[in-house]
Amino acid sequence: MVKPTRVTNRIRALRFAHGELTQAELAERIGVTRQTVIAIEQGRYSPSLEIAFKIAQVFGVPLDDVFQYPGSSEETT
Amino acid sequence: MTHEEKRAWIRLVAAVAGYAVYAVIVGGRMAERPVGEVAYAGVLLWTVGGGIGVAIVAEIVLGAVNPRASRAIDVRDREIARFGEHVGQSFVVIGAVAAMLMAMAGWDGFWIANVIYLCFVLSAVLGSVAKIGVYHGSFPQW
Repeated sequence: MVKPTRVTNRIRALRFAHGELTQAELAERIGVTRQTVIAIEQGRYSPSLEIAFKIAQVFGVPLDDVFQYPGSSEETT
Repeated sequence: MTHEEKRAWIRLVAAVAGYAVYAVIVGGRMAERPVGEVAYAGVLLWTVGGGIGVAIVAEIVLGAVNPRASRAIDVRDREIARFGEHVGQSFVVIGAVAAMLMAMAGWDGFWIANVIYLCFVLSAVLGSVAKIGVYHGSFPQW
């Protein structure tokens, strides 16, 4: 059974909160193609930890402000 | 569309077109004479070589038509390429095992060569379709 990733993210909101950063600009800053940023943003691709940290670094926020996983908040409290 | 997705499309079309040409020519010859007398080796080699040549030329033309298009390859492209190869490889194994069994059973060289060629084509087609599918959707998670 093919299932989409359960990882969700706030990249789109963070882009707009950081001066309407474009997908192309974000892609250039983290070293991937624009199509990869689109796929990550739409939840069609789970990035590697390294890319995830690079995205968080660009926005200057902790990793879990960018990416969320269902049930993770209950498990950590 | 990324450069690698365009290449997957080119390889898919080249593989299907090459095999279609082969099937039409050799199929026509099979209708005229017994299988053991059908001349297939030349057509097979020309369509395999032609498919590779067409794919290379198509990639060059694509680059010339839109020289500013990005040719960047990132980690997702590499993961998709590996996934496509993994999916397509099953048909290479099926073709090799089938050819081995057919040789052991004494089948005519015509059928052995053709089952190998067909499985190579199916491997290329399935691998390319898998890559294109992931580019438009997501990686399968079982």
